Amino acid sequence: MSVDHATVRKIASLARIAVSDAEVEAMVPELNAILGFVEQLGEVDTSAIQPMTAVIPNTLRLREDVVTDGNIRDAVLANAPAAEHGFFGVPKVIE
Amino acid sequence: MTNLTELGVAALRDGFRAGDFSAREVADAFNANVAAAKALNAFIVETPDHALQAAEQADRDRSEGNLKPLSGVPIGMKDLFATKNVQTTAASHILEGFKPQYESTVSGKLWSAGAGMLGKLNLDQFAMGSSNETSYFGNVISPWRRPNDTAPLAPGGSSGGSSAAIAARLCPAATGTDTGGSIRQPAAFTGISGIKPTYGRCSRWGVVAFASSLDQAGPMANDVRDCAIMLENMAGFDPKDSTSLELAVPNWEAALSADLKGKKIGIPKEYRVDNMPAEIDALWEQGIQWLKDAGAEIVNVSLPHTKYALAAYYIIAPAEASSNLARYDGVRYGLRNLPDGAGLQDMYAATRAAGFGPEVKRRIMIGTYVLSAGFYDAYYTQAQKVRALIARDFERAFEQCDLLLTPTAPSAAFALGEKNADPLEMYLNDVFTVPTSLAGLPAMSVPGGVDAQGLPLGLQIIGRALDEQGVLNAGLAIEERAGFTARAGKWW
Amino acid sequence: MSNYRIQGATGDWEVVIGLEVHAQVVSNSKLFSGAATAFGAEQNSQVSLVDAAMPGMLPVLNGECIRQAVRTGLAINAEINRWSRFDRKNYFYADLPQGYQISQLYHPLVGEGTILIDADEKAGIPEAKHIGVERIHVEQDAGKLMHDQHPTMSYVDLNRCGVALMEIVSRPDMRSPAEAGAYVRKLRALLRYVGSCDGNMEEGSMRADVNVSVRRPGEEFGTRTETKNVNSVRFVMATIEHEANRQVDVLEAGGKIVQETRLFDPDSGTTRSMRSKEDAHDYRYFPDPDLLPLVLTEEFIEECRASLPELPDAKRARYIEQLGISAYNADVLTAEAEMARWFEKVLDNGAEPKQASNWVMSELFGALNRLGKGIADSPVSPPQAAELLALVADGTLSGTLSKQVFEIMLDTGDSPAKIVEERGLKQTSDTGAIDAVIADILGNNADKVAQYKDGKEALFGFFVGQTMKAMGGKANPQVVNELLKKALNA
Repeated sequence: MSVDHATVRKIASLARIAVSDAEVEAMVPELNAILGFVEQLGEVDTSAIQPMTAVIPNTLRLREDVVTDGNIRDAVLANAPAAEHGFFGVPKVIE
Repeated sequence: MTNLTELGVAALRDGFRAGDFSAREVADAFNANVAAAKALNAFIVETPDHALQAAEQADRDRSEGNLKPLSGVPIGMKDLFATKNVQTTAASHILEGFKPQYESTVSGKLWSAGAGMLGKLNLDQFAMGSSNETSYFGNVISPWRRPNDTAPLAPGGSSGGSSAAIAARLCPAATGTDTGGSIRQPAAFTGISGIKPTYGRCSRWGVVAFASSLDQAGPMANDVRDCAIMLENMAGFDPKDSTSLELAVPNWEAALSADLKGKKIGIPKEYRVDNMPAEIDALWEQGIQWLKDAGAEIVNVSLPHTKYALAAYYIIAPAEASSNLARYDGVRYGLRNLPDGAGLQDMYAATRAAGFGPEVKRRIMIGTYVLSAGFYDAYYTQAQKVRALIARDFERAFEQCDLLLTPTAPSAAFALGEKNADPLEMYLNDVFTVPTSLAGLPAMSVPGGVDAQGLPLGLQIIGRALDEQGVLNAGLAIEERAGFTARAGKWW
Repeated sequence: MSNYRIQGATGDWEVVIGLEVHAQVVSNSKLFSGAATAFGAEQNSQVSLVDAAMPGMLPVLNGECIRQAVRTGLAINAEINRWSRFDRKNYFYADLPQGYQISQLYHPLVGEGTILIDADEKAGIPEAKHIGVERIHVEQDAGKLMHDQHPTMSYVDLNRCGVALMEIVSRPDMRSPAEAGAYVRKLRALLRYVGSCDGNMEEGSMRADVNVSVRRPGEEFGTRTETKNVNSVRFVMATIEHEANRQVDVLEAGGKIVQETRLFDPDSGTTRSMRSKEDAHDYRYFPDPDLLPLVLTEEFIEECRASLPELPDAKRARYIEQLGISAYNADVLTAEAEMARWFEKVLDNGAEPKQASNWVMSELFGALNRLGKGIADSPVSPPQAAELLALVADGTLSGTLSKQVFEIMLDTGDSPAKIVEERGLKQTSDTGAIDAVIADILGNNADKVAQYKDGKEALFGFFVGQTMKAMGGKANPQVVNELLKKALNA
C-alpha cells in the first residue's frame, strides 16, 4: 500500500496538522519508504496468533470510588493560553 | 582534593556519608561543570538552585544523622519528566514555557531520596529519534570526537542530553526513558551504562508519553553499580499508573555479584546482521569470553522473528504516539497558534503545524495512517500479532538460557547530519534494542571497548521479565573485565 | 407484531428503530480519575490533571463504574464478558482534552441481553415484546462548551469530562414510536431499580441516539440515519415520527436515504442533517495502551448479582400472583423503583396489600396530583399511610372519615391516630346513642315516616343522611342502616 498526495493531505487533516504543498511533496516519498519497509510484516503467518494485549501479563486494578482529586482549578488553568472566568477559551465554535 | 565531578553516584554518596566533602561542594562542582558546557547543549533548562537547595538540605540532614539513599548526589533529569514549576518541554516547541503543576512519580521519588536536580536534559523531540537531532532546542553534541576531527558526533537518542552530560561529567547520573532503545543506544554511543527495566517497574505517571506500551524510564550512569542505586530509587509500584507492577523493589545494589557460575548466556544468531562492522562482531565475541570467564555457560539460541521487530515497532510506536500527542492542541497549555479568523479546527492544525518538528509530524502521520479505516487490521493488528511472536521467541529462548548477550547498536556514534537524510536509515540504528522493548524485558548497555576511531561501543544484556538483577550482574561481570577507561577529551 | 405503518402514496412502509442510550453511571468519582461527578458545580472545579489531559497523566479505572455496568447487564439477563478492554476513539474537539474518548469498541463489558416492553393496547402495542440489547459498554463523557458568554470565544468547562457513561445499544427490534417510547421508559425504570443511573433526563443523565430506517413490510432493512442526543421519551418518539415520514417522502420521490448523523430540533419537532460536522470522521479506534485488559472474577460477578434488588417484571408478577393485586395496579405500582419501595413500606407496616394498592392508586395519587408532588415528596409517610389503613380496617374510621383524616394528614403531617384522637373523628357504633338520634329524627318527621311506610322507600336515604348529619358524620354507616331499618319497620 502506498500513499499519494491526496492521501497525505487527508491524513494530515485527520491528524490536524496544517501542511504546505512543499511539505506534502516531501512527505509522500518519506511515508511511502516507511510504509514499504513495514510491509514485510505481511510475510509473517499470524493466523494462529492473538495480538499482544499486555506487554507483561497483567490485568486492570479497580480503584475505590472515592473523590480524591479536583478543586484545583488554578493548577488546571495555570498554563492555559486563554483562561477566562475559570474557563478555557477557544475560538467560537458554531454548532 | 578529589575532583568531585570525577566521582560516580556510589562514590559521592559514600564520600558524603563519610564526611569527605559536603553536598554543597558536590553541587557547586557539578553546577560549575554544567555552566561551562554550553557547547554540548545537553541541558534545556539548568536548575543550579534546585541542586543547591537539595544539597543544603542533605548537609543539614547529615548533621542530624538523617541520611537518605541519594543524599549528596545531584543528577540530571531528562526533559520528558514533568517537574513541578520547572519548564517541561519534551524538547518540543509545542510545550515551550509549560510549567507543570505536578511532579512525575519517578522524579518525585528521586527528590524524596535526597537527590538534587542540576537541570532538564535535552532529548529528541518527544523522545523520537536516535541521534538527538530532532530537539526544538538544538542538537546535543557528544563530548566524544573522532581523532583529529572536530565534526560533532551524535550522543545517541533519544536520551542524548543524559548520555552526553554523564560522559562529560556534567552530572554523575541521569534519568532516561527507553521506548525502542533510547537509554541503551545513547549509553553505548557515549561509553556509559544504562538500564531499561522491565516494563511496569518505573511509573509512567508524569512522564510525557511517546508510546505508552513501550515507554519505560530507567537510569543512566557511569557504571553498573550506579545504575543499580539509581534504579532502586526510581522503581516501585504506583497506583496512578495502571500498567505499574505491584511488586516490591529489590535491593539490586546489595545483591550485585559478578560471579555468573551456573548462569547460561544465550547468543541469538539472528543478531548477526549483514554489514555489521567487524569490530562490533569482535567486541561481541570478546563479551562472550568475558562472560565465560565469569563462570557462565554460553548457548546458541534463536529469536526467529527478530527481523520483523523494527517493522512492528514502526507501526505500534507511531500509532500510539499519534493518539498520545493529540492532547497538544493549544487549548489548555503550551503553544497556541491562532491565525486571524481561524476557527477551532484551524487553530488545532496551525498550532500543531507550528509546534511539532518534522520527525514528530512524520510519526504522527504514519500512526494516523495505520490506524485509519480499512488499514487497522493489516497494519496495527498484524504488528501486535508479530509483537506477540517476538515475545514468544524470547520466552522460548529463556527456556534454554538465563540471559542474552548482543551488541547494543550496529555502529559506533555517527556524525550529526550523517544519517538524518533518510529516516529509515536512522530507524535501523535501533535494530538490536527494539525487540526487547516490544517484549517489555529488562536490558542494559555497558561499555565494552572502542572502535578503530576510539569511539565507545556497547554490549547489551537482556534478561527475563523482572530479572534486573541478572542483567545488572552480567553487566558488572563485563564491566570488571572490560576495564573500560576511555574518556572523551575535554574540548568544550 | 406492531401494526404501525406509514401510509405512503405508493403503499405502506414499516419503520425500523434501534436506540443507543447513554446513561450516566451513578458514582462519586469519575471513570478514570478521582474528581467528583456532582451536578452543577462551579466551572472546572471538578477537574483533575487527568481530566485536563496534562502531559504524562494516566487513567486508573473506577471499580464502582464497572460494578454498576455489570449489575445493569445482569438486570437485562445479558452476558457479562469476563475479559473486556478499553479502546481509544480518536477525534479532535474542544470538549475532549485527550483528543480521544476512552470507550469500548472491540471487547465491550456486557454482551447480548434483552428488555421486555409490556403490552399497551391503547398505544398500539398489542402484546408484550422482547427488545434485544446488543451490548453495554462503558466510556467517558465529554466536557461542555458554552457559546454565549463571549463575542468571539467559546468557553470550555471540563467538569463533566471523564464522568462514566454506559452506552446501551439495542438491536433494531422496535417497529413504532410507541415501542421505542416504551423501551426507553422501561430501560429508565430498570436503571433506577438497579441504581446504576438516576435516569434524570433533564440533567442529561440519560440521552438517546435514535437510529431510524424504513422498508416495505418484510423486506430488507433500509439505510438508516442516526439522530443524536435526544433527551426525552417524547422527543425520541417525535424524532422517529418525523424521521420515518421524511424518509418515506424521500424514497417515494425517487430519492435515496443518506446514512448520516442528524439533529432533533424540539421547537419544530423536525430533524436536520449534521453533515457539516461529519467531514470524514475516522475514529481510528485502537486498544488504549495506558490500560490493561479488564478481567472479572466469578466472585465479582456473583457479588454484583447478589446486590440486585427485585426487578420490575418479577415484582409485578409477585404482586399479582402472591398479593392478589390487580394487574393494572401492579403495573403502576412497579413501574418506578421509588413507587414500589414506598408501597412496600406501607405493606411492611402491616397494611393489607389489595386494600393498600387501591388506596394508593386512588387517594394518594389523587392527592399528589392535586399538590403537584411526586411520591418522593409525599407529605404522608408509608407508616402513616399504613396506620390510616389500619384504622379503616378495624372500623375506627369510615370511608368518609378516612378521607377527612387523610386531608388533615396532608395539611399537618400529623399521624392519623393523633388526628382521630384530637378531633374526635372516631366513628361510633354505640347503638344507644344512634337509637336516640333515630327516635328524634323519626319523631320530627312523622309525615315522611308515613310516606315511607306507604312505599316511598327512596326516603330511606333521607333518614340515613339526617342521622349521619346529627351524629356529626361519625356514626358507623352500617350500624345506622341496621338500626334505621329496624326502627322504620317496627
